[in-house]
Amino acid sequence: MENKTHYIVALVEDKPGVMQRVSGLLSRRNFNIKSISVGATEKLGISRITMTLKGQEEVLEQVIKQLNKLIEVVKVLGIEKDESVIRELVLIKVNTATVSARAEVVQYANIFRGRVVDVAKDSMVIEITGDESKINAFIELMRSYGVKEVARTGKTIMTRGKKIVSIKGK
Amino acid sequence: MKMSGARAIVSGLEKEGVEVIFGIPGGQSIPLYDALYDSSMNHILTRHEQGAAHAADGYARASGKVGVCSATSGPGATNLTTGIANAYMDSSPIVAITGQVPRASIGKDAFQETDIIGITMPVTKQSFQLRSVAEIPEVIKSSFYIAKTGRPGPVLIDIPKDIQEIEDEIDFNVKLELNGYKPTLRGHPRQIKEAAKLILEAERPVIIAGGGVIISEASEELMELARLIGAPVTTTLMGKGSFPEMDPLALGVLGMHGRKAANYAVTDSDVLISIGMRFSDRSTGAVSCFAPDAKIIHIDIDPAEIGKNVSVDIPVVGDAKTVLKELIRVLRKIMESEKSKAWQEKIKIWKKEFSPKMDYDDVPLKPHRVIKEIMDFLSEDDIVTTEVGQCQMWAHHYMGRSKPRSFISSGGLGTMGFGFPAAMGAKVAKPDVNVIDIAGDGSFLMNIQELATVVENNINVVVGVFDNHYLGMVRQWQELFYDRRYSSVYLGNLPDFVKVAEGFGALGIRVEKPEEIRPALKEAFNAGKPVVLDFMIEHECNIFPMVPPGRCLKDIME
Repeated sequence: MENKTHYIVALVEDKPGVMQRVSGLLSRRNFNIKSISVGATEKLGISRITMTLKGQEEVLEQVIKQLNKLIEVVKVLGIEKDESVIRELVLIKVNTATVSARAEVVQYANIFRGRVVDVAKDSMVIEITGDESKINAFIELMRSYGVKEVARTGKTIMTRGKKIVSIKGK
Repeated sequence: MKMSGARAIVSGLEKEGVEVIFGIPGGQSIPLYDALYDSSMNHILTRHEQGAAHAADGYARASGKVGVCSATSGPGATNLTTGIANAYMDSSPIVAITGQVPRASIGKDAFQETDIIGITMPVTKQSFQLRSVAEIPEVIKSSFYIAKTGRPGPVLIDIPKDIQEIEDEIDFNVKLELNGYKPTLRGHPRQIKEAAKLILEAERPVIIAGGGVIISEASEELMELARLIGAPVTTTLMGKGSFPEMDPLALGVLGMHGRKAANYAVTDSDVLISIGMRFSDRSTGAVSCFAPDAKIIHIDIDPAEIGKNVSVDIPVVGDAKTVLKELIRVLRKIMESEKSKAWQEKIKIWKKEFSPKMDYDDVPLKPHRVIKEIMDFLSEDDIVTTEVGQCQMWAHHYMGRSKPRSFISSGGLGTMGFGFPAAMGAKVAKPDVNVIDIAGDGSFLMNIQELATVVENNINVVVGVFDNHYLGMVRQWQELFYDRRYSSVYLGNLPDFVKVAEGFGALGIRVEKPEEIRPALKEAFNAGKPVVLDFMIEHECNIFPMVPPGRCLKDIME
């Protein structure tokens, strides 16, 4: 059976051990986590976990149900790729020992709407956000200069238009 | 009111109506035990923490109340783990309290420190590590609420020693806010209507009742539904007792060691009404040939059980009792169905043809005969617990039980050593009924130390050891599927259980001949002290019928 990429967003109470419960549950149910990111939401005390997973469709349904059983998990949604904005922030440290390399890297960063956030004698750090294909393309381009380090935040997702992943009430 | 954390915990437990705690104190729970000294709650000192957890579980299953156990940090806490996992698999409500090293020492590999929250995370419904004294009332209230509502399960509270000692202002007037926890009790009306429609079309309906029927106390509704639609009823191991097994509509138990009539009926059914059960592999056999012609209605309080093991046609998420009441109401409006008459006749023939033989006169004893004698001796309110293995399956298959909470067994985890401490817990919950643990010599040995506990506390349970000198179930599999290569299953002719019983201050009786069984039972239940009955059974007797693992329910070996 086919292993597809799935996106799940969970709104959870901001309490100790929640991330451990969520990630432990995913591995226990045989689901591979590709990325997981967590941060605050518009509501105090509620965090938002965005998970990118690989696995079969039926297993996805089971995972959502199991996540729902966790006491601190208030809401879980499987997100379709087509109906949402998926973004990731990446920091890339590139080898720029020569003047020409430095100029070219800055140029590429501009084309990809990235920003140079640090410059040293022989390297630069570029910050870039976007969807997966854009980021992968940029990293590929940088390889010819020598990529020293990559740090990706993991995907964060928001549904387009009217649909809102939020909790009612205070 | 200002009080110590330990005092607050004890008050919180008292406010939850806790009457008894099973446990063992240790270095990191001394302040808690100091507060217990002044409490009206009864603390039963077990001899191993695993015994405490199983006793709390047995207490919960016999009474329907939350069972409580307690241990110190480190090894005390890890010893509870098997009992917690057992309660989790069988949806039994227990609260486990563990001592922990002081907050300042956490993470430093302090003496007897262990991350019990991390260790038990996969096998608890919820767990808390206290971070302040002020949160004690809320944590205790949440723990009991979570343990007993929805699909019940174990909750662990880990309490650092300094929290037990510090004094703070405590307010027990807390309102629970569990935004992420709202179990669905009422079934969806449209789903119930769909289920009713399907039931009316059924020509060969079968009901499978699981442990959920017992937990939700829906036995009456189950009986009403079965009578109303003329459907025979089989039970899972966890559901045993939810439907009287002497009833004409009873098929007996289902599964690997199920009754033949039950396995046949489920396989040939056209509508399967599954209530409070989870289609475990031990109940279904190979899923590919499980009830191949049936449309399946699945009623369960846990949405995650819907479609997990077997795909179903009409799921109804809700509490068994609430849903069955509604289903019966809807059905009454639109029936009477006579469609299943021919089916009922067929079931009657199967039941007659496949009725098991139990009246063996052999020496050494046949387990069937022992089970029959115990069954005839007990009244329907008495409680049978079991260990795990052949002894369990002999009881499961051959011993008819009529009432919910009268048969207590480790279903999901299959924990050898469960039955005896569970019997102790059951007897504490129901002191006026007879309680017997159906044990094997292998499994009894795994928690035999609790003989000291039952003798010391006058908890007069009877242990019936089906003594065959083997780890019998593994030996049976080795005989049947591994060319009789008996690898590490022979226990030998020891210990002398009669002498062991006497050494603990209990009574031991050896039973070797069929005619000795009944007098021995009589003596045991009138002894006024705990008793070990050592039944010398045939060494290589197998538990049949059996569906080999991974095979269809009708592929029965006998």
